[in-house]
Amino acid sequence: MKKKLVSVLVCAAMTAAVLAGCGNKAAETTDAPAAEETTEDAAAEETTDDAAAEETTDAAASGELIKVGIINNDPNESGYRTANDADMKAMFTEENGYEASFAYSLKNDEQITAAQKFIQDGVDYLLLSAADTAGWDTVLMDAQAAGTRVILFDRTIDADESLYEASIVSDMDAEGQTAVDWLAGQGLDEYNIIHIQGVMGSAAQQGRTGALNAMVEANDNWNLVTQQTAEWNAEKAQQIVQSVIDSGEEFNVIYAENDDMAKGAVAALDKANISHGVDGDVIIMGFDTNTWALEELLAGNWNYDGQCNPYQASYIDEVIKTIESGGTIEEKVIIMEEKGFDAETITQEDIDKYGI
Amino acid sequence: MQTNETKKAGASSFLGRMVRKQVMIPLAALLLLFLFNLIVDPSFFKIELGYNSAGNPVLSGFLITILDSGSELAILAIGMTLVTAATGGQDISVGATTAIAGSVLLRVLCGTNSRPETLQAPIIVAFLVACVVAMLFGAFNGVLVAVFKIQPMIATLILYTAGRSIAAWINNNELPVVSDETLTYFGEFIPGIPIPTPFFIAVACMIVIGLVLKFTNLRLYTQAVGINENSSKLNGLNPVFIKILSFVILGLCVAVVGLIKVARISTINYSVIAKDIEMDAILAVALGGNALSGGKFNMTASIIGAYVIQCLTTTLYKFQVRSDALPAYKAIVVIVLVIVSAPVVREKFNAFMAKRKVKEAA
Repeated sequence: MKKKLVSVLVCAAMTAAVLAGCGNKAAETTDAPAAEETTEDAAAEETTDDAAAEETTDAAASGELIKVGIINNDPNESGYRTANDADMKAMFTEENGYEASFAYSLKNDEQITAAQKFIQDGVDYLLLSAADTAGWDTVLMDAQAAGTRVILFDRTIDADESLYEASIVSDMDAEGQTAVDWLAGQGLDEYNIIHIQGVMGSAAQQGRTGALNAMVEANDNWNLVTQQTAEWNAEKAQQIVQSVIDSGEEFNVIYAENDDMAKGAVAALDKANISHGVDGDVIIMGFDTNTWALEELLAGNWNYDGQCNPYQASYIDEVIKTIESGGTIEEKVIIMEEKGFDAETITQEDIDKYGI
Repeated sequence: MQTNETKKAGASSFLGRMVRKQVMIPLAALLLLFLFNLIVDPSFFKIELGYNSAGNPVLSGFLITILDSGSELAILAIGMTLVTAATGGQDISVGATTAIAGSVLLRVLCGTNSRPETLQAPIIVAFLVACVVAMLFGAFNGVLVAVFKIQPMIATLILYTAGRSIAAWINNNELPVVSDETLTYFGEFIPGIPIPTPFFIAVACMIVIGLVLKFTNLRLYTQAVGINENSSKLNGLNPVFIKILSFVILGLCVAVVGLIKVARISTINYSVIAKDIEMDAILAVALGGNALSGGKFNMTASIIGAYVIQCLTTTLYKFQVRSDALPAYKAIVVIVLVIVSAPVVREKFNAFMAKRKVKEAA
């Protein structure tokens, strides 16, 4: 009896916490007409617990609108995801001829449920950034049977290519390669690198590590002073670099697999009065092009920042337009263009355009 | 002959007393780590005075790094010890509530603009607001545990799960960056003082808790509630209040940690700030030889335990052990601790010692 009561209370508390979260966001929204749908408005939608988000925009002229169901990961996950989500919301508006519904989850099964709901609702396109690569075959077959076209973005899945129209992804290996090529282009006599990795096994970590490892193996003057994972964590990165400094080893490059970790590393350098950036003793490299990181580049404190492009919406738009006009998609896997920024050439416009 | 014998007995009983002292457990571990470092590479103990990029004097070296980075854990160990003693359970939400405290702090500092040119409020005000919020969340945990009698680990699981999302929501999912230098004073150095500020903050916390334990009945009451709730009630204590109080004190510790963590990098990352720190804090309490089932506690031992963990971490970084293997080493420490403190092992050990004594006497 007591146990039951306790479990009821726990449930109640959790619901309360969830509601509190939703309530406040909902409060921010304005009853703006659908045409002027702001991102905030959309933010309210995302919080509807119902993953399948029935809330489609008030479709006054729904006849000509293309119905899309978008399944994404939780925008809280990272700055990348937040930018990605904002980009989607900016693109799939009524002004651009879309009627969009959103569903968010970091869990595969919830995403699948949401996908089934979208298919039942009869969306024309299902846009999917899957939490997990496996388990999508059945639901995609259902989609095909119902005439719903599927477009993958950001993440690929283990399913037959015939089940989707296109897959728009980042090439992490290329990101790493671009960065390493840039580093090689600096023409140092010797590369003594502190390599700070992301969470081991993640696609970003593997791609960004792979290129560097290959280069270090192939060249005698490329050495890894240390190669450690800081799990995307600025503070761990700081400790790792601090430890190298304390032990007095020489290094002239810090290759951090995201901006946060590069920031942590720089904090350790500042503490030890080691100069870094343009004209400094240590080259600082980061990834993800956060706005603040690009500003560090502009200020000359860092040297390089690699992009992981979160802006897939325009690519998706193009794919949909092609299909709607009767064209065919020739290459199913579309790899997005991704840049690397050099502190010496970056401009304020780049920051405004590419910063996330 | 006679005097020799008594001397020997005296020495062994002194040694015995020392060994039985609770504080010896973490101290022994710390000595072991220091000894290892001394043998393998004495440069571990080197401390240098240098200058940072702003031209201020700073001390550097592995020992300083341990004192610096171990501060947060030491502060959390204070609160965690009290919670453990009073409730016989642990708070696993401290990492997530640290994210909340840090988020609140930045929210107040930055106002609605996530990249302010100047601070929107004095740091002290922001810190006090963060304290209040963190204490409220602590009280929330405390009420669940004390009033609704939910197991602490289950009760705090709620905030463990929801905390980081709440933290992200407080700042509308933005990542505020503070450019004002004064904030970094709390996480790095105050100009002119070569010792890292987090160490001072940790020492201040230790002094405060030391005074509180000395001049109030907090220790007695907490232990009484932890040992036997019913009998403490019969003796006129209010166990519900004491338990909630312990969680509120932990909340205060969390707010301090939030300040240090945010000040270190002048920004926040909701998903990774103070990640897994709850487990380290609990480990610190266990390393201090405190019973995780509540009751008597030794604050000094917990705090030393926290520095032992940081010393282990720093040592492993120094020897370039893969940092994702760190938890495995901590697990070994836990296993040794659990086995040593298990009643079965203790009984066997005592029996063995008694046998030896008999043999010696004979």
